Amino acid sequence: MDETLAIELRGISKAFGPVQANKDISIQVKRGTIHGIIGENGAGKSTLMSILYGFYRADSGEVFIGGKKTEIPDSQAAIDAGIGMVFQHFKLVENFTVLENVILGAEDGRLLKPSLAKARKLLKKLADDYEMDVDPDAIIEDLGVGQQQRVEILKALYREADILILDEPTGVLTPAEADHLFRILKGLRDEGKTIILITHKLREIMEITDTVSVMRRGEMTATVKTAETSPEQLAELMVGRKVLLRVDKMPATPGDVVLEVENLRVVDDRNVERLRGIDLTIRAGEVLGIAGVSGNGQSELLEILGGYAKGTGVIRVNGQQIDITGSASVARTRRARGIAHVPEDRQREGLIMDYRAWENIGFGYHDDPKFNSGLLMDNSALKADCVDKMERFDVRPPDPNLAAKNFSGGNQQKIVLAREIERNPDLLLIGQPTRGVDIGAIEFIHQQIVALRDQGKAILLVSVELDEIMALSDRIAVMFDGRIMGERLPSETNQGELGLLMAGITEDAA
Amino acid sequence: MNDAMPKWADIVLIPLINLALALFVSGLVVALIGKNPFEALYILVSGSVGSAYGWGYTLFYATNFIFTGLSVAVAFHARLFNIGGEGQAALGGLGVALVALSIDWPHWALALPVAVIGGMVFGALWAAVPAYLQVRRGSHIVITTIMFNYIAAALMVYLLANVLKVPGSASPETARFIEGARLPNAADILPWVGFSRSTPLNVSFLVAVLACIGVYFLIWRTRLGYEIRAFGHSEPAALYAGISPVRITMLAMLISGGLSGLMAINAVMGEAERLVLDPVQGAGFVGIAVALMGRSHPLGVFIAALLFGALYQGGAELTFEMNGMTREMILVIQALVILFTGALDNMVRSPVERMFLSRRRQPSAPLPTTPMTPGGHPDDAKVEP
Repeated sequence: MDETLAIELRGISKAFGPVQANKDISIQVKRGTIHGIIGENGAGKSTLMSILYGFYRADSGEVFIGGKKTEIPDSQAAIDAGIGMVFQHFKLVENFTVLENVILGAEDGRLLKPSLAKARKLLKKLADDYEMDVDPDAIIEDLGVGQQQRVEILKALYREADILILDEPTGVLTPAEADHLFRILKGLRDEGKTIILITHKLREIMEITDTVSVMRRGEMTATVKTAETSPEQLAELMVGRKVLLRVDKMPATPGDVVLEVENLRVVDDRNVERLRGIDLTIRAGEVLGIAGVSGNGQSELLEILGGYAKGTGVIRVNGQQIDITGSASVARTRRARGIAHVPEDRQREGLIMDYRAWENIGFGYHDDPKFNSGLLMDNSALKADCVDKMERFDVRPPDPNLAAKNFSGGNQQKIVLAREIERNPDLLLIGQPTRGVDIGAIEFIHQQIVALRDQGKAILLVSVELDEIMALSDRIAVMFDGRIMGERLPSETNQGELGLLMAGITEDAA
Repeated sequence: MNDAMPKWADIVLIPLINLALALFVSGLVVALIGKNPFEALYILVSGSVGSAYGWGYTLFYATNFIFTGLSVAVAFHARLFNIGGEGQAALGGLGVALVALSIDWPHWALALPVAVIGGMVFGALWAAVPAYLQVRRGSHIVITTIMFNYIAAALMVYLLANVLKVPGSASPETARFIEGARLPNAADILPWVGFSRSTPLNVSFLVAVLACIGVYFLIWRTRLGYEIRAFGHSEPAALYAGISPVRITMLAMLISGGLSGLMAINAVMGEAERLVLDPVQGAGFVGIAVALMGRSHPLGVFIAALLFGALYQGGAELTFEMNGMTREMILVIQALVILFTGALDNMVRSPVERMFLSRRRQPSAPLPTTPMTPGGHPDDAKVEP
């Protein structure tokens, strides 16, 4: 029995139907350390943590908490064993106060008052100890995401968690908020808590963890001390081959103006102004990157340019003004004008998940005469086109009859990219090109974007991944609250400056 | 489409298992009231498909259910729940009757195409109002279509009692159609099979078969069908692709209403040969069960309609032949079939899918990329409280 181990898993296996999500996984997590678990989407990280938190039962294997063999049949057992979990998507009651959320499910008795008082005292102590200041009486929906996440951590601490599991915690945070979170986590570690950080971001692993375990295809491929490894080595362990982490590209050679946007405003259904006067220009042969925390108007910008939102202002493509007051079906005329769109959420918008690959390959272009013969659609033409595109974009498996939902995230994205890029557009709108995409495919997708730029196309890139924006953009515009806070050249700026702009702080205001 | 099983398993095997379960539970219920379930089953089967007489009624009912089932199925593909089949079919009856009574039709072959158009147009227009209210006013189509059933019923009563009634007659129905506007029945067309002179089965059955084929092409081969299905799967994706929700909702409901309206060809022109009060007789609602059981696929709808036709006819025989089997008992059996084929479908589906998966897993080599499961990535299965 080893008292210094907070968690030990021995030989955990779990299968879902034909898929072995976890295969004979053994791992030791030392008490008082930050232990990273890194791996691509579908590598089995979340399954492993779900077993630890009692959502799934392992098919075989044993769990030891603090050196003691522990059965975890449900999440209450996990909480009793001192495990706290902070999910990627928060589990908070939006219209409750912070205090009410913290005690929810852990009330001491029938009356709330004693629990609330106790929680209030604890919150004050934690705020002092770890910079975790959150107004205990604030309503959750009024808080920013960074603060909501702190409430999740407070919930776990209130339940006296010794082991804190965080699943992709920085996905929704600005760089400054992420730094703050990391300071909190380090403070907790120094107090003796154990932290497991699940992420796919190499930078975070290198920055904050003490030890890192790499998962690939359901197996634990390595556990190494962070100080003794490098991002390149980790990437290789994740993917199983050497990966280029940088994007190789030549300086841009911008040509004529392709897209001009002036004073663009969009008001949503709830009468909130989501775009508050956007001005921007993109020339042929350059990538304009839009940085920003998600929800600051980037989606609305893509939607109105893609032709399915209404607004006011002026949009000119190749010098011609386009109608932005019209109805939904203008998305088709946008395509006819040479605007291709890889939407932010490929599963919701870019693909029909139940359609087979060949049905998706013409989606949005299904009016094209080459996909039709008389009254009927020419399914064999679509299939032939799909086989062709799958080969050129290395979609795996190259089976046009497979439904979109059965491809991995990266291969789904390749299907969308193949469809949009191969139309030879003048302007490509591309949102979150690598969200939920494995590292190997990221490399490929980035190469495609750069290649398209080098062919003299204008590209509007929206991404919440600052690394991606920095790597691909020729110019960077930062959006905050429906406005563009400023434009920078990647060579003349840094993550810190962009991070401030993303939080809405400009030099004049500071 | 699901890749877990072959298509035949999806539209034939699973409904059959569901049906077997439904009949098993029905048998228990029959046994509970002290009757012999095997005898009941024998009467049910022989009464529906054991004679030319039985077939005549089974296929006649099935014709109705094919039309209403296709109607619901087309709307389902656009994720619209049209439960207004009753009203749309009633209005279709009005359209058919107006055509049949309008001129002195020399031959049914001339009257039929025009009556088809009449029935479809009236049914479609009756569905168009709820569709329009949904796209422009946001009134939910489930609510409005069901309300339109009542409005249709009231309208029919008014028209038949005040406008279309034969002067001097006491019954609320139109005059009998003239010879050239009556559809020949199975006994006329296939005299050697042994259908009785009065069999209700008529040429509309062939129209129904054509409708199945037409709907198949519409949904899976035309651009409109492609757009309808895309819209049904994901409205945001449809918007992204430039598919107008207004256009698709209107068109899908017009087609759906038109198919319901077509049912009147069978009931009004084929059987009653006049317009009576309530020519639909609940077939609009049965269409929902038929579409559910048939997985909104024309072939599935066809098979399910045959089954429900047999249940209707066999059930009628059962009340007739077996003492103590009331109409309510028949309703229980039909409800069990609907319950097992519609609501409890997944209970059978998941184990069967697993069976096919494990059978497929062994022979085939692992895929070259990340492991997959039908239904998505392993992480997608993550349960969150």
